[in-house]
Amino acid sequence: MAGNRDYINRRIHSLLGVIPIGLFLIQHLTVNFFATRGPEAFNAAAHFMESLPYRYVLELFVIFLPILFHGIYGVYIAFTAKHNVSNYGYFRNWMFMLQRYTGVITLIFIAWHVWETRIAIGLGWVDLNYQLMENILTNPFFFWFYVVGVVSTTFHFANGLWSFFVSWGITMTPRSQRIMTYVSIIVFLAVSYVGVRTLFTFAYGI
Amino acid sequence: MSEEKKITLIIERQDSPESAPYEETFEVPYRENMNVISALMEIRRNPVNAKGEATTPVFWDMNCLEEVCGACSMIINGKARQSCTALVDQLEQPIRLAPMSTFPITRDLAVDRSRMFDSLKRVKAWVPIDGTYDLGPGPRMAESKRQWAYELSKCMTCGVCLEACPNVNSKSDFIGPAAISQVRLFNSHPTGEMNKSERLETVMGDGGIMGCGNAQNCVQSCPKGIPLTTSLAAIYRDTAIESFKSFFGSDNKL
Ligand code: SF4
Ligand code: FES
Repeated sequence: MAGNRDYINRRIHSLLGVIPIGLFLIQHLTVNFFATRGPEAFNAAAHFMESLPYRYVLELFVIFLPILFHGIYGVYIAFTAKHNVSNYGYFRNWMFMLQRYTGVITLIFIAWHVWETRIAIGLGWVDLNYQLMENILTNPFFFWFYVVGVVSTTFHFANGLWSFFVSWGITMTPRSQRIMTYVSIIVFLAVSYVGVRTLFTFAYGI
Repeated sequence: MSEEKKITLIIERQDSPESAPYEETFEVPYRENMNVISALMEIRRNPVNAKGEATTPVFWDMNCLEEVCGACSMIINGKARQSCTALVDQLEQPIRLAPMSTFPITRDLAVDRSRMFDSLKRVKAWVPIDGTYDLGPGPRMAESKRQWAYELSKCMTCGVCLEACPNVNSKSDFIGPAAISQVRLFNSHPTGEMNKSERLETVMGDGGIMGCGNAQNCVQSCPKGIPLTTSLAAIYRDTAIESFKSFFGSDNKL
Protein backbone atom coordinates (compact mmCIF):
# COMPACT_ATOMS: atom_id res chain seq x y z
CA MET A 1 0.00 0.00 0.00
CA ALA A 2 1.21 3.45 -0.84
CA GLY A 3 1.92 5.95 1.86
CA ASN A 4 4.21 5.51 4.80
CA ARG A 5 3.48 4.12 8.24
CA ASP A 6 2.32 7.49 9.59
CA TYR A 7 -0.17 7.85 6.78
CA ILE A 8 -1.62 4.39 7.32
CA ASN A 9 -1.77 4.88 11.10
CA ARG A 10 -3.67 8.13 10.65
CA ARG A 11 -6.13 6.49 8.30
CA ILE A 12 -6.67 3.61 10.73
CA HIS A 13 -7.02 6.05 13.62
CA SER A 14 -9.70 8.00 11.78
CA LEU A 15 -11.58 4.90 10.67
CA LEU A 16 -11.55 3.19 14.07
CA GLY A 17 -12.96 6.31 15.72
CA VAL A 18 -16.24 5.79 13.87
CA ILE A 19 -16.11 2.11 12.96
CA PRO A 20 -16.27 0.36 15.39
CA ILE A 21 -15.75 2.73 18.34
CA GLY A 22 -18.47 5.25 17.43
CA LEU A 23 -20.94 2.50 16.67
CA PHE A 24 -20.08 0.75 19.91
CA LEU A 25 -20.61 4.00 21.82
CA ILE A 26 -24.13 4.36 20.43
CA GLN A 27 -24.92 0.72 21.16
CA HIS A 28 -23.48 0.95 24.68
CA LEU A 29 -25.44 4.07 25.59
CA THR A 30 -28.59 2.61 24.06
CA VAL A 31 -28.36 -0.57 26.09
CA ASN A 32 -27.68 1.46 29.23
CA PHE A 33 -30.73 3.60 28.46
CA PHE A 34 -32.83 0.57 29.40
CA ALA A 35 -32.12 1.71 32.97
CA THR A 36 -34.75 4.42 32.49
CA ARG A 37 -37.31 1.60 32.23
CA GLY A 38 -36.34 0.25 35.59
CA PRO A 39 -33.68 -2.04 37.07
CA GLU A 40 -35.22 -5.21 35.62
CA ALA A 41 -35.16 -3.87 32.08
CA PHE A 42 -31.52 -2.81 32.51
CA ASN A 43 -30.50 -6.14 34.00
CA ALA A 44 -32.20 -8.04 31.20
CA ALA A 45 -30.49 -5.92 28.53
CA ALA A 46 -27.10 -6.15 30.23
CA HIS A 47 -27.52 -9.88 30.59
CA PHE A 48 -28.33 -10.19 26.90
CA MET A 49 -25.13 -8.35 26.00
CA GLU A 50 -23.17 -10.42 28.48
CA SER A 51 -24.38 -13.67 26.99
CA LEU A 52 -23.66 -12.86 23.33
CA PRO A 53 -21.85 -15.68 21.58
CA TYR A 54 -18.04 -15.41 21.18
CA ARG A 55 -18.28 -12.41 23.48
CA TYR A 56 -14.56 -12.18 24.23
CA VAL A 57 -13.73 -11.99 20.53
CA LEU A 58 -16.28 -9.21 20.12
CA GLU A 59 -14.95 -7.35 23.13
CA LEU A 60 -11.38 -7.65 21.97
CA PHE A 61 -11.79 -6.67 18.33
CA VAL A 62 -14.75 -4.32 18.52
CA ILE A 63 -13.93 -2.59 21.78
CA PHE A 64 -10.56 -2.99 23.44
CA LEU A 65 -8.03 -3.11 20.62
CA PRO A 66 -9.67 -0.29 18.59
CA ILE A 67 -9.93 1.93 21.68
CA LEU A 68 -6.35 1.22 22.68
CA PHE A 69 -5.04 2.07 19.23
CA HIS A 70 -7.24 5.13 18.83
CA GLY A 71 -6.44 6.34 22.33
CA ILE A 72 -2.69 5.89 22.29
CA TYR A 73 -2.18 7.21 18.77
CA GLY A 74 -4.62 10.00 19.59
CA VAL A 75 -2.55 11.19 22.53
CA TYR A 76 0.44 11.40 20.21
CA ILE A 77 -1.62 13.48 17.75
CA ALA A 78 -2.93 15.71 20.54
CA PHE A 79 0.55 16.57 21.71
CA THR A 80 1.84 17.57 18.30
CA ALA A 81 -0.52 20.56 18.15
CA LYS A 82 0.42 24.04 19.30
CA HIS A 83 -2.87 25.71 20.15
CA ASN A 84 -3.39 29.32 19.18
CA VAL A 85 -7.04 30.15 19.84
CA SER A 86 -6.08 33.37 21.61
CA ASN A 87 -4.92 34.87 18.32
CA TYR A 88 -7.03 32.83 15.92
CA GLY A 89 -10.31 32.42 17.82
CA TYR A 90 -12.31 30.89 14.97
CA PHE A 91 -14.98 28.29 15.61
CA ARG A 92 -13.15 25.43 13.93
CA ASN A 93 -9.92 26.26 15.73
CA TRP A 94 -11.79 25.99 19.04
CA MET A 95 -13.26 22.68 17.95
CA PHE A 96 -9.77 21.53 16.95
CA MET A 97 -8.50 22.32 20.45
CA LEU A 98 -11.52 20.85 22.24
CA GLN A 99 -11.24 17.69 20.17
CA ARG A 100 -7.76 17.16 21.58
CA TYR A 101 -8.69 18.08 25.15
CA THR A 102 -11.81 15.89 25.17
CA GLY A 103 -9.78 13.07 23.66
CA VAL A 104 -7.44 13.07 26.65
CA ILE A 105 -10.31 13.45 29.16
CA THR A 106 -12.22 10.65 27.45
CA LEU A 107 -9.23 8.35 27.57
CA ILE A 108 -8.82 8.91 31.32
CA PHE A 109 -12.55 8.45 31.85
CA ILE A 110 -12.72 5.24 29.83
CA ALA A 111 -9.67 3.80 31.57
CA TRP A 112 -11.30 4.42 34.94
CA HIS A 113 -14.73 3.25 33.78
CA VAL A 114 -13.40 -0.01 32.32
CA TRP A 115 -11.38 -0.66 35.48
CA GLU A 116 -14.36 -0.05 37.73
CA THR A 117 -16.84 -2.08 35.70
CA ARG A 118 -15.52 -4.57 33.13
CA ILE A 119 -12.27 -5.43 34.89
CA ALA A 120 -13.84 -5.52 38.35
CA ILE A 121 -16.55 -7.83 36.97
CA GLY A 122 -13.98 -9.98 35.20
CA LEU A 123 -12.04 -10.40 38.41
CA GLY A 124 -15.23 -11.38 40.21
CA TRP A 125 -15.17 -8.39 42.57
CA VAL A 126 -18.59 -7.15 41.53
CA ASP A 127 -21.56 -8.35 39.49
CA LEU A 128 -22.92 -6.69 36.39
CA ASN A 129 -26.29 -5.30 37.39
CA TYR A 130 -28.22 -2.12 38.07
CA GLN A 131 -26.94 -2.08 41.64
CA LEU A 132 -23.31 -1.74 40.49
CA MET A 133 -23.96 1.50 38.62
CA GLU A 134 -26.28 2.79 41.28
CA ASN A 135 -23.57 2.35 43.90
CA ILE A 136 -21.04 4.20 41.78
CA LEU A 137 -23.30 7.05 40.71
CA THR A 138 -24.99 7.89 44.00
CA ASN A 139 -21.61 9.25 45.06
CA PRO A 140 -21.78 12.93 43.98
CA PHE A 141 -18.12 13.09 42.99
CA PHE A 142 -18.39 10.10 40.71
CA PHE A 143 -21.72 11.27 39.38
CA TRP A 144 -20.10 14.47 38.13
CA PHE A 145 -17.01 12.57 37.02
CA TYR A 146 -19.29 10.44 34.87
CA VAL A 147 -21.24 13.43 33.54
CA VAL A 148 -18.01 15.12 32.45
CA GLY A 149 -16.69 11.84 31.06
CA VAL A 150 -19.83 11.06 29.09
CA VAL A 151 -20.22 14.57 27.66
CA SER A 152 -16.56 14.68 26.75
CA THR A 153 -16.95 11.33 24.97
CA THR A 154 -20.04 12.38 23.05
CA PHE A 155 -18.40 15.67 22.07
CA HIS A 156 -15.31 13.86 20.87
CA PHE A 157 -17.49 11.46 18.91
CA ALA A 158 -19.75 14.10 17.32
CA ASN A 159 -16.94 16.44 16.39
CA GLY A 160 -14.82 13.50 15.31
CA LEU A 161 -17.62 12.49 12.98
CA TRP A 162 -17.32 15.93 11.39
CA SER A 163 -13.58 15.52 10.76
CA PHE A 164 -14.13 11.93 9.64
CA PHE A 165 -16.29 13.26 6.81
CA VAL A 166 -13.52 15.66 5.79
CA SER A 167 -10.66 13.20 6.22
CA TRP A 168 -12.25 10.65 3.96
CA GLY A 169 -13.01 13.28 1.36
CA ILE A 170 -16.80 13.14 1.70
CA THR A 171 -17.47 16.77 2.66
CA MET A 172 -15.28 18.94 0.47
CA THR A 173 -17.16 22.20 -0.08
CA PRO A 174 -17.55 24.80 2.67
CA ARG A 175 -21.32 24.37 2.37
CA SER A 176 -21.32 20.62 2.93
CA GLN A 177 -18.88 21.08 5.81
CA ARG A 178 -21.16 23.69 7.37
CA ILE A 179 -24.20 21.42 7.10
CA MET A 180 -22.15 18.63 8.62
CA THR A 181 -21.35 20.99 11.51
CA TYR A 182 -25.10 21.30 12.19
CA VAL A 183 -25.52 17.55 11.92
CA SER A 184 -22.67 16.98 14.37
CA ILE A 185 -24.24 19.43 16.84
CA ILE A 186 -27.52 17.50 16.68
CA VAL A 187 -25.66 14.20 17.11
CA PHE A 188 -23.82 15.68 20.10
CA LEU A 189 -27.02 16.87 21.78
CA ALA A 190 -28.94 13.67 21.09
CA VAL A 191 -26.23 11.23 22.20
CA SER A 192 -25.40 13.37 25.24
CA TYR A 193 -29.05 13.32 26.25
CA VAL A 194 -29.15 9.52 26.06
CA GLY A 195 -25.98 9.20 28.11
CA VAL A 196 -26.66 11.82 30.77
CA ARG A 197 -30.32 10.84 31.14
CA THR A 198 -29.20 7.32 32.06
CA LEU A 199 -26.74 8.68 34.64
CA PHE A 200 -29.57 10.59 36.32
CA THR A 201 -31.62 7.42 36.54
CA PHE A 202 -28.83 5.52 38.22
CA ALA A 203 -27.99 8.37 40.60
CA TYR A 204 -31.43 9.70 41.53
CA GLY A 205 -33.79 6.98 40.35
CA ILE A 206 -35.58 9.47 38.08
CA MET B 1 -1.18 74.44 17.76
CA SER B 2 -1.90 70.85 18.68
CA GLU B 3 0.96 68.46 19.31
CA GLU B 4 2.09 66.32 16.43
CA LYS B 5 0.19 63.01 16.36
CA LYS B 6 2.35 59.94 16.89
CA ILE B 7 1.85 56.23 16.52
CA THR B 8 3.48 53.68 18.77
CA LEU B 9 4.99 50.44 17.56
CA ILE B 10 6.14 47.67 19.86
CA ILE B 11 8.48 45.47 17.88
CA GLU B 12 9.90 42.08 18.74
CA ARG B 13 13.48 42.21 17.55
CA GLN B 14 16.30 39.77 17.18
CA ASP B 15 19.80 40.69 16.03
CA SER B 16 20.79 37.39 14.45
CA PRO B 17 19.30 33.93 13.87
CA GLU B 18 20.77 32.63 17.12
CA SER B 19 20.53 35.64 19.44
CA ALA B 20 17.75 36.15 21.98
CA PRO B 21 14.68 38.17 21.02
CA TYR B 22 13.88 41.46 22.78
CA GLU B 23 11.19 44.09 22.56
CA GLU B 24 11.72 47.67 21.52
CA THR B 25 9.16 50.46 21.39
CA PHE B 26 9.17 53.20 18.78
CA GLU B 27 7.16 56.34 18.25
CA VAL B 28 6.86 57.66 14.75
CA PRO B 29 5.06 60.75 13.48
CA TYR B 30 1.66 59.95 12.00
CA ARG B 31 0.94 60.64 8.38
CA GLU B 32 -2.28 60.04 6.57
CA ASN B 33 -2.77 56.65 4.84
CA MET B 34 0.28 55.16 6.50
CA ASN B 35 0.85 51.42 6.37
CA VAL B 36 3.09 49.34 8.60
CA ILE B 37 5.89 49.45 6.05
CA SER B 38 5.90 53.24 5.85
CA ALA B 39 6.08 53.29 9.66
CA LEU B 40 9.05 50.92 9.53
CA MET B 41 10.67 53.16 6.89
CA GLU B 42 10.25 56.06 9.25
CA ILE B 43 12.17 54.10 11.92
CA ARG B 44 14.84 53.27 9.38
CA ARG B 45 15.23 56.98 8.57
CA ASN B 46 15.50 57.91 12.22
CA PRO B 47 16.48 54.85 14.30
CA VAL B 48 15.71 56.23 17.74
CA ASN B 49 13.50 54.28 20.12
CA ALA B 50 10.71 55.65 22.33
CA LYS B 51 13.18 56.34 25.16
CA GLY B 52 15.13 58.60 22.85
CA GLU B 53 18.07 56.23 22.53
CA ALA B 54 19.80 55.66 19.23
CA THR B 55 19.39 52.06 18.06
CA THR B 56 19.84 49.94 14.97
CA PRO B 57 17.15 50.35 12.33
CA VAL B 58 14.53 47.59 12.35
CA PHE B 59 15.07 45.09 9.58
CA TRP B 60 12.26 43.59 7.52
CA ASP B 61 11.67 42.03 4.14
CA MET B 62 9.58 43.43 1.30
CA ASN B 63 9.39 43.52 -2.42
CA CYS B 64 6.21 44.20 -4.39
CA LEU B 65 4.40 46.47 -1.88
CA GLU B 66 1.07 45.35 -3.33
CA GLU B 67 0.41 41.98 -1.69
CA VAL B 68 1.59 39.75 -4.49
CA CYS B 69 5.05 38.64 -3.41
CA GLY B 70 4.43 37.55 0.17
CA ALA B 71 7.85 38.66 1.40
CA CYS B 72 6.62 41.20 3.94
CA SER B 73 4.52 38.82 6.04
CA MET B 74 4.80 39.27 9.79
CA ILE B 75 2.64 39.08 12.88
CA ILE B 76 0.70 42.28 13.30
CA ASN B 77 -1.30 42.59 16.51
CA GLY B 78 -1.28 38.84 16.98
CA LYS B 79 -2.25 37.74 13.48
CA ALA B 80 0.02 36.91 10.57
CA ARG B 81 -0.52 39.10 7.49
CA GLN B 82 1.28 41.28 4.97
CA SER B 83 2.70 44.50 6.36
CA CYS B 84 2.39 46.30 3.01
CA THR B 85 -1.40 46.10 3.12
CA ALA B 86 -1.74 46.63 6.88
CA LEU B 87 -3.09 50.17 7.07
CA VAL B 88 -2.23 52.00 10.27
CA ASP B 89 -5.67 53.65 10.44
CA GLN B 90 -7.30 50.24 10.65
CA LEU B 91 -5.02 48.86 13.35
CA GLU B 92 -5.42 48.98 17.08
CA GLN B 93 -2.77 51.07 18.87
CA PRO B 94 -0.07 50.42 19.94
CA ILE B 95 0.81 48.28 16.95
CA ARG B 96 2.64 45.11 17.90
CA LEU B 97 4.93 43.57 15.33
CA ALA B 98 6.68 40.24 15.55
CA PRO B 99 8.32 37.86 13.07
CA MET B 100 6.45 34.70 12.02
CA SER B 101 7.74 32.24 14.58
CA THR B 102 7.04 29.19 12.41
CA PHE B 103 10.05 30.08 10.28
CA PRO B 104 13.71 30.56 11.17
CA ILE B 105 14.26 34.24 11.91
CA THR B 106 17.07 35.86 9.95
CA ARG B 107 16.89 39.24 11.66
CA ASP B 108 14.20 41.31 13.39
CA LEU B 109 11.03 40.86 11.32
CA ALA B 110 12.59 38.99 8.42
CA VAL B 111 12.20 35.23 8.24
CA ASP B 112 13.53 32.51 5.99
CA ARG B 113 10.68 30.80 4.13
CA SER B 114 12.92 28.21 2.41
CA ARG B 115 10.93 25.34 3.84
CA MET B 116 7.95 26.39 1.75
CA PHE B 117 9.96 26.42 -1.46
CA ASP B 118 11.48 23.07 -0.53
CA SER B 119 7.95 21.69 -0.06
CA LEU B 120 6.94 22.93 -3.51
CA LYS B 121 9.93 21.08 -4.96
CA ARG B 122 9.05 17.94 -3.01
CA VAL B 123 5.49 17.84 -4.33
CA LYS B 124 6.60 18.75 -7.87
CA ALA B 125 4.48 21.87 -8.02
CA TRP B 126 4.96 22.35 -11.76
CA VAL B 127 3.91 20.83 -15.07
CA PRO B 128 6.83 18.82 -16.49
CA ILE B 129 7.02 19.39 -20.24
CA ASP B 130 10.75 19.27 -20.87
CA GLY B 131 11.89 16.56 -23.24
CA THR B 132 14.18 15.88 -26.15
CA TYR B 133 11.52 16.54 -28.78
CA ASP B 134 8.47 18.73 -29.25
CA LEU B 135 5.52 17.16 -27.45
CA GLY B 136 3.01 19.20 -29.43
CA PRO B 137 0.08 21.10 -27.93
CA GLY B 138 -1.35 19.81 -24.67
CA PRO B 139 -5.00 18.95 -24.05
CA ARG B 140 -7.45 21.75 -23.31
CA MET B 141 -8.72 22.49 -19.84
CA ALA B 142 -12.41 22.87 -19.08
CA GLU B 143 -13.32 26.48 -18.34
CA SER B 144 -15.17 25.51 -15.17
CA LYS B 145 -12.01 23.88 -13.88
CA ARG B 146 -9.79 26.69 -15.08
CA GLN B 147 -11.77 29.10 -12.96
CA TRP B 148 -11.12 27.46 -9.62
CA ALA B 149 -7.62 26.40 -10.58
CA TYR B 150 -6.85 30.08 -11.20
CA GLU B 151 -7.83 30.86 -7.63
CA LEU B 152 -5.38 28.27 -6.35
CA SER B 153 -2.65 29.68 -8.56
CA LYS B 154 -2.81 32.99 -6.69
CA CYS B 155 -0.75 31.57 -3.82
CA MET B 156 2.32 33.75 -3.20
CA THR B 157 4.01 31.38 -0.72
CA CYS B 158 3.70 34.08 1.92
CA GLY B 159 3.61 31.66 4.84
CA VAL B 160 0.60 33.16 6.63
CA CYS B 161 -1.34 29.90 6.48
CA LEU B 162 1.58 27.98 7.98
CA GLU B 163 1.94 30.52 10.76
CA ALA B 164 -1.79 30.34 11.55
CA CYS B 165 -1.91 26.52 11.53
CA PRO B 166 -1.72 24.90 14.97
CA ASN B 167 -0.26 21.77 13.39
CA VAL B 168 2.70 23.48 11.71
CA ASN B 169 5.24 23.70 14.51
CA SER B 170 8.51 22.30 15.78
CA LYS B 171 6.82 19.11 17.03
CA SER B 172 5.36 18.22 13.64
CA ASP B 173 6.78 17.92 10.14
CA PHE B 174 3.54 18.97 8.38
CA ILE B 175 4.42 20.93 5.24
CA GLY B 176 1.33 23.10 5.62
CA PRO B 177 -1.75 23.92 3.54
CA ALA B 178 -0.06 25.97 0.80
CA ALA B 179 1.91 23.11 -0.77
CA ILE B 180 -1.01 20.69 -0.44
CA SER B 181 -3.21 23.16 -2.30
CA GLN B 182 -0.57 23.33 -5.04
CA VAL B 183 -0.77 19.56 -5.39
CA ARG B 184 -4.44 19.99 -6.16
CA LEU B 185 -3.67 22.81 -8.61
CA PHE B 186 -1.07 20.85 -10.59
CA ASN B 187 -3.11 17.65 -10.47
CA SER B 188 -6.02 19.53 -12.02
CA HIS B 189 -3.94 20.58 -15.02
CA PRO B 190 -4.51 18.25 -17.97
CA THR B 191 -0.77 17.73 -18.51
CA GLY B 192 0.23 18.07 -14.87
CA GLU B 193 -2.27 15.31 -14.17
CA MET B 194 0.15 12.80 -15.70
CA ASN B 195 2.19 13.04 -12.49
CA LYS B 196 -0.85 12.92 -10.25
CA SER B 197 0.01 9.65 -8.50
CA GLU B 198 3.54 10.79 -7.86
CA ARG B 199 2.38 14.00 -6.16
CA LEU B 200 -0.24 12.15 -4.15
CA GLU B 201 2.27 9.58 -2.97
CA THR B 202 4.52 12.40 -1.78
CA VAL B 203 1.76 13.91 0.35
CA MET B 204 0.94 10.42 1.64
CA GLY B 205 4.42 10.42 3.14
CA ASP B 206 6.20 12.39 5.85
CA GLY B 207 4.75 15.80 6.58
CA GLY B 208 1.94 15.24 4.10
CA ILE B 209 -1.83 15.58 4.16
CA MET B 210 -2.23 13.62 7.41
CA GLY B 211 -0.59 16.49 9.27
CA CYS B 212 -3.78 18.48 8.70
CA GLY B 213 -6.07 18.53 11.73
CA ASN B 214 -8.93 20.54 10.21
CA ALA B 215 -8.50 23.57 12.45
CA GLN B 216 -9.22 25.63 9.32
CA ASN B 217 -7.26 28.71 10.43
CA CYS B 218 -5.55 28.67 7.03
CA VAL B 219 -8.65 29.47 5.03
CA GLN B 220 -9.56 32.24 7.48
CA SER B 221 -6.09 33.77 7.22
CA CYS B 222 -5.08 33.47 3.57
CA PRO B 223 -4.77 37.00 2.15
CA LYS B 224 -5.54 35.68 -1.34
CA GLY B 225 -8.78 34.04 -0.26
CA ILE B 226 -7.62 30.66 -1.52
CA PRO B 227 -10.12 27.89 -0.61
CA LEU B 228 -7.42 25.99 1.26
CA THR B 229 -9.76 23.75 3.24
CA THR B 230 -11.49 22.69 0.02
CA SER B 231 -8.07 21.81 -1.40
CA LEU B 232 -7.14 19.88 1.72
CA ALA B 233 -10.41 17.93 1.62
CA ALA B 234 -9.87 17.26 -2.09
CA ILE B 235 -6.43 15.83 -1.35
CA TYR B 236 -7.89 13.82 1.51
CA ARG B 237 -10.31 12.34 -1.01
CA ASP B 238 -7.69 11.81 -3.73
CA THR B 239 -5.24 10.14 -1.37
CA ALA B 240 -7.96 7.84 -0.04
CA ILE B 241 -8.76 6.79 -3.61
CA GLU B 242 -5.06 6.50 -4.41
CA SER B 243 -4.61 4.15 -1.45
CA PHE B 244 -7.38 1.89 -2.74
CA LYS B 245 -5.96 1.92 -6.25
CA SER B 246 -2.48 1.07 -5.16
CA PHE B 247 -3.60 -1.64 -2.75
CA PHE B 248 -6.32 -3.30 -4.79
CA GLY B 249 -4.90 -2.42 -8.19
CA SER B 250 -5.99 -0.19 -11.07
CA ASP B 251 -5.24 0.44 -14.75
CA ASN B 252 -2.50 2.85 -13.83
CA LYS B 253 -0.78 0.60 -11.35
CA LEU B 254 0.62 -2.88 -11.48
S1 SF4 C 1 -2.14 29.74 0.56
FE1 SF4 C 1 -2.55 31.91 1.05
S2 SF4 C 1 -1.74 32.17 3.11
FE2 SF4 C 1 -0.87 30.26 2.34
S3 SF4 C 1 1.10 30.83 1.46
FE3 SF4 C 1 -0.40 30.90 -0.22
S4 SF4 C 1 -1.13 33.02 -0.25
FE4 SF4 C 1 -0.09 32.74 1.71
S1 FES D 1 5.76 43.50 -0.13
FE1 FES D 1 5.02 41.93 -1.44
S2 FES D 1 3.31 41.23 -0.34
FE2 FES D 1 3.93 42.90 0.88
